[in-house]
Amino acid sequence: MDLTLFMYLIPSLIMFGCGVYGFITRKNMIAIMISLELMLNSVDINFVVFNRYLFPGQMEGMFFSLFAIAIAAAETALALAIIINVFRIAKNVDINQITKLKF
Amino acid sequence: MMDYSQFLLMPQEIGLLLVFLLVFIYDTFMPERSQRYMPVFSVILMALYTIYCFCIPAGVGEAFGGMFESNSATWVMKNILNVGVVLVLLQAVKWTNSDFVSVRRGEFYELTLLTLLGMFLMISARHFLLFVIGLETASLPIAALAAFEKRHYESHEAAAKYMFTAIFSSAIFLLGISFVYGMSGTLYFNDIATAVIGNHSPLLIAALAFVIAGVGFKLSLVPFHQWTADVYQGAPTAVTSYLSVISKGAAAFSFLVILVQVFGAAYSQVWEWMLYAVIVLTITIGNLFAMRQRNLKRFLAFSSISQAGYIMLGIIAVNVMGMSSMIYYVLVYIFSNLAAFGVIAAIERQTGRVTMDDYNGLFKTNPWLAFTMMLAMFSLGGIPPFAGFFSKFFIFVGACHQGSVAIYVLVLIALVNTIISLYYYLLVVKAMFLRQDDCVIPTIKSHWTERLGLIICVLGVIFIGLISCIYAYINGSVDAINAMFAAIQ
Repeated sequence: MDLTLFMYLIPSLIMFGCGVYGFITRKNMIAIMISLELMLNSVDINFVVFNRYLFPGQMEGMFFSLFAIAIAAAETALALAIIINVFRIAKNVDINQITKLKF
Repeated sequence: MMDYSQFLLMPQEIGLLLVFLLVFIYDTFMPERSQRYMPVFSVILMALYTIYCFCIPAGVGEAFGGMFESNSATWVMKNILNVGVVLVLLQAVKWTNSDFVSVRRGEFYELTLLTLLGMFLMISARHFLLFVIGLETASLPIAALAAFEKRHYESHEAAAKYMFTAIFSSAIFLLGISFVYGMSGTLYFNDIATAVIGNHSPLLIAALAFVIAGVGFKLSLVPFHQWTADVYQGAPTAVTSYLSVISKGAAAFSFLVILVQVFGAAYSQVWEWMLYAVIVLTITIGNLFAMRQRNLKRFLAFSSISQAGYIMLGIIAVNVMGMSSMIYYVLVYIFSNLAAFGVIAAIERQTGRVTMDDYNGLFKTNPWLAFTMMLAMFSLGGIPPFAGFFSKFFIFVGACHQGSVAIYVLVLIALVNTIISLYYYLLVVKAMFLRQDDCVIPTIKSHWTERLGLIICVLGVIFIGLISCIYAYINGSVDAINAMFAAIQ
């Protein structure tokens, strides 16, 4: 059986949807971070698959996904540092408790 | 063999990198006793570099195979952002020398300059890879800056909120870019533009919606604005002022470049109506929520949301006048908003009070601060002799030049909202001049750097509108790249 473009794209979009769902429903900051990672990684799959199936003569999508992975790593590092800071000062990472700023 | 002469096209970026490196070296290697002068050192260096950029002629051309483009409009925009950053750094000098911040004062200046470099890349990028790198360089360090007040819980909450929304929005933006790549097979702006001509497929509409949502988060357009007020309130005031003027201006400019240069062919069918709805919502909801705010930083956050809606009017106009009035609007907005934030920062640093009721009777004790705040509010509200009136006027005229009835209605909505916004801007003036209070803020002595920054802002608010050659200069620079709008008409 040949794998077609859509057999990659649909799982990647489902993954993106799971990320959005997790981002909205999770209460733990680390879990939110994992959901965001899911979203970023599904975009990488999109780029690689588009490149491989639609434009096999070039490498632009592959390069883009490499850079996107590096940027996602930087984002995660910074987010974890901020979560640790929040934990130090508020003693938990539950977003239901991090609600001092609101209208 | 690489042609190194193309680096000559980017003197602004290289100059900024040089400023950053000098500040970094000073911070790392100078002895402890001279660290106190580091903020003033970086302000002077940045000011010299800004003046230098005004003096050299604009570089025009493409570098790195078309990934990077410098033209007269990007040149003007970067110069304006430089001026804004000098003012932000100047107003932050005293704050960075205060007790709990001074250990890390170097980081504030280094991260601020680095984000500015990211914004320059965003403005000049003509390839989505460079654009995304610029966007992330411009937004990630701001999360670290927002968490700068280590002892304050609010600062960390603001940083966490900013961080999560920034990553979420860039994920959405990247998804949009991946669809664009799937459609056109390239990431160069110009190549995508030729590939999407005549294409109104659902995929393009989805991609555009994702791109608008992703950049809309950075610009805090409604309905992507929820983070703005919390982050503005929690972050240190210097960071808030940086976030509200500089990063908003850079994002608005690159948003215009993306929409016009990449998706220009899909203007009337696709994104005109998306942007239309976003503008109406942004201006109206920003205004309505600003009315009920008592904390001045939250108040200015909602005011900046509604101002972002006015800036978007320059994009939906898709003509030379719209673009030049947008750049002019950003220039005026820098001066008026930094004047307001400068007063708030000076008062907050000495008394720690930021709500509107604290400002009751401020005129009696601090007449000059009250006067500056009044000018800033008048300019933000658009009262005639001040610069804010001219910027609003030009942006309305630019939008009307587009010609369709729908845009006239949009300008009418914006005009009505200007009148509504006067109500809440004048609330601040009323509190300062007319209300009385038992515990008025005592007379405070502001540091000379804060005073200098405020004086420059006040001069800007009064004179930028009256000196008409400034607008003519911006208009002339934008007119040189009017080929950009050719695909639309």
